[in-house]
Amino acid sequence: MKQRILPFAAMFAAAVAVAPAATAAQQDTIATTNDPRVGLKAGPKNTAGIAIEGMRLVSFTPKPAVLDSARGLTFINSDLAFRGNIVYQGNFSGFTVWDVSNPAKPVELSTVVCATDQGDPSIYGNLLFVSAESGRSRKDCGTQGVEDGKDRMRGVRIFDVSNPRSPKLIKNIQTCRGSHTHTIVPHPTDKNTIYLYVGGSSNVRDADEVPELNCSSGPISENPTTSQYRVDIIKVPLQNPQQAAVIGYMRIFEGLPGSPGRAGVPASEAQGGAQGRRGAMGPSGCHDLTSYPAYNLVAGSCGSFGIMLDVSNPEKPVRTDAKSDLNFSLWHTAVFSNDGKRVVFTDEWGGGTAPRCRASDPLRLGGNTILSIENGKMTQHGYFKMLAAQENTENCVSHNGGLVPVPGRDIMVQGWYQGGVNVFDFTDPNKPVEIAYFDRGPVSDESLVVGGSWGAYYWNGYIYSSELSRGLDILELTPSAHLSENEIAAAKLARMEEYNPQAQPKVTWPAAFPVVRSYLDQLRRNQGLSAARLTAITTALNNAERASGNARRDQLNRLAGELDRDAGSASDANRVRAMAAAVRDLAQASR
Amino acid sequence: MMRAPVRAIFAISFLAAACASRAEPPQAVVPETGADHAQAAAEPAHAAMDHSAHMQHGPELPATAGRGFTVADVRFMQNMIGHHAQAIRMSEMAPSRGPSAAVLKLAEKIDISQRDEILFMQQWLRERNQAVPSDEHAHTMMMPGMLTDEQLAQLSAARGQEFDRLFLSFMIGHHEGALLMVDELFASPGAGQDSDIFRFATDVDADQRDEIFVMQKLLDTIREEPR
Repeated sequence: MKQRILPFAAMFAAAVAVAPAATAAQQDTIATTNDPRVGLKAGPKNTAGIAIEGMRLVSFTPKPAVLDSARGLTFINSDLAFRGNIVYQGNFSGFTVWDVSNPAKPVELSTVVCATDQGDPSIYGNLLFVSAESGRSRKDCGTQGVEDGKDRMRGVRIFDVSNPRSPKLIKNIQTCRGSHTHTIVPHPTDKNTIYLYVGGSSNVRDADEVPELNCSSGPISENPTTSQYRVDIIKVPLQNPQQAAVIGYMRIFEGLPGSPGRAGVPASEAQGGAQGRRGAMGPSGCHDLTSYPAYNLVAGSCGSFGIMLDVSNPEKPVRTDAKSDLNFSLWHTAVFSNDGKRVVFTDEWGGGTAPRCRASDPLRLGGNTILSIENGKMTQHGYFKMLAAQENTENCVSHNGGLVPVPGRDIMVQGWYQGGVNVFDFTDPNKPVEIAYFDRGPVSDESLVVGGSWGAYYWNGYIYSSELSRGLDILELTPSAHLSENEIAAAKLARMEEYNPQAQPKVTWPAAFPVVRSYLDQLRRNQGLSAARLTAITTALNNAERASGNARRDQLNRLAGELDRDAGSASDANRVRAMAAAVRDLAQASR
Repeated sequence: MMRAPVRAIFAISFLAAACASRAEPPQAVVPETGADHAQAAAEPAHAAMDHSAHMQHGPELPATAGRGFTVADVRFMQNMIGHHAQAIRMSEMAPSRGPSAAVLKLAEKIDISQRDEILFMQQWLRERNQAVPSDEHAHTMMMPGMLTDEQLAQLSAARGQEFDRLFLSFMIGHHEGALLMVDELFASPGAGQDSDIFRFATDVDADQRDEIFVMQKLLDTIREEPR
């Protein structure tokens, strides 16, 4: 069936420009078409045109053949998890275990075929947890679909991956609404226990599929134990993971404050009859939750709210704040700054399968917002969205990412589906800026074939991006005006044995010259210290590096003392102090 | 820019003109809550929602099952196209009716969102060799929560805060209708399971559920202001 062809631009011109005068202040209306990422050639695998800045493509590895099918979403790749020298790549129909000892040539250790939408993985020791949400997911992993509800598996699967060449399914933890995502929250003291918070807001399954779960639906007012409007908590005894089970749930949406505050409407404290009205229940679940165990924090992305939780007791989380914003459709994912004082929330407007980065799409929709956190309360700052206008055949919206561990800066790398991967600095939460990117043209220029970066994460020196339809991309940052060689080297020194994007590890840097020089480069970039002092410090560091043992230690301690004095007059005193601390660490390490 | 041709699009004509004049006034949206009629008229969207009422669909298009999808899946997609088309028609009114900034932004978001979703649904149907509603057919479709011609005219004639109030009330009811359609889909044996339709229906539910929440808060704000 061939229909007539009409570009989207024309459609929007007709539709949206009805009365432009009334369209209020839209200072942030459109993307830029003046960018190397605009108009790239389409193509599957690695055949599309590429635009890249501030990084290089180290390798592209196509999907394993068994998952290489273009049937809609059925075989698309999803999220990543990292441990040792292995990357686990989720897929709606299973997962792949990659050995990335040589990032230029990842080796497929195994691929497990298992219907399990959306297949988000987390690794903890030798246990791989995988989310299963949709109705077609089967207990036995089969891909034939479900006819008898008793065969259905909606929840979290546990695989034993102690032999990465032969993962074994050891447990299916059933839940009432399945698991769109899940989040590891370690027990604060008991090393043998972790919790999984179950993300997702899908429909409630039939009660007779898993009678012991007592699944039921409806509003809380009519059904206090309803399976909706809650986040399930799974407890996993690590010594005996087969005993993992749902131990309860949290109701964290009740009494949410009036919304929205940001987009021109005064926050209303009045609860009115809203909660009682049909359909007026607000979020029915969280798309996902990001834990930051170092600070006992969890940031939940829950419908029209970004929620902050204190999880000092993981079995009884306490909501400390919730924010809403008319510009945000579906709060999707959060990433904390390393110091836990900021959080980036993303908005997956359109669910990830729609083209939401066209020149006609408002920049205020489908991007990120940055909030600061103080005593559990959040304050909203700026917005950030990938700026390069994408084609109407490219699904594009803000999606998953994580920190790039550069000392002294808050930097995040993120996937935007077919908007590619980009890296941005949010050190100033009011003015986030893009500093690097990688983008391919559309998978197809004839129709929207879903693809692009599901998530992009920095892990031990490289950026790993899970490409929905194409495979696995590995990238490396390269020096630019926005990011120095020292900063890149310092980031590489921050090692993470295990990394799950939804369970954020706190990064520390060893005592090292690149760490100190990162601060120096930053002070040069922002003119936070006089040029004369920058030159003198550079020389002092070079001399100290040439020296060794006690001589080095003495020189560094002397420099640290000078930096203490510099801080008194520097325009970026905090950074100078941070550098002084890094110099002292280095002195300490020199013996 | 925008050099890429797209497969499409019944949507253009029927979205632009969507159901401006419907031949037969549908019957589904008659208030029957037992509340007094003045209240029902003032609160049309809430009154219009009656969970006990069966859905009233227009003449049904042919629909068949296939690998990974059921007749209920196909019907859901066909019907939701008509449902979305009306939301777009309502949203298109906003810029010229003197709405508040918040309602204008909301309308713009609904407009863009549901246009894309119609394209997705059309593509989903075409890829499975199923009938895609034409604009003529969409005019006759009536799903839960949809406005009557009279209600559309009432909305079209409203200005300023009155437009805001009607838009929010009507759209809340309209969205609640979409949630019912999703419920009906998942209640149909074997339906809503395939990755694509599961994802889509779940997203519609999540999106519209939260928009309802936001719209009710906005509506409360209006009610608190002196008129």
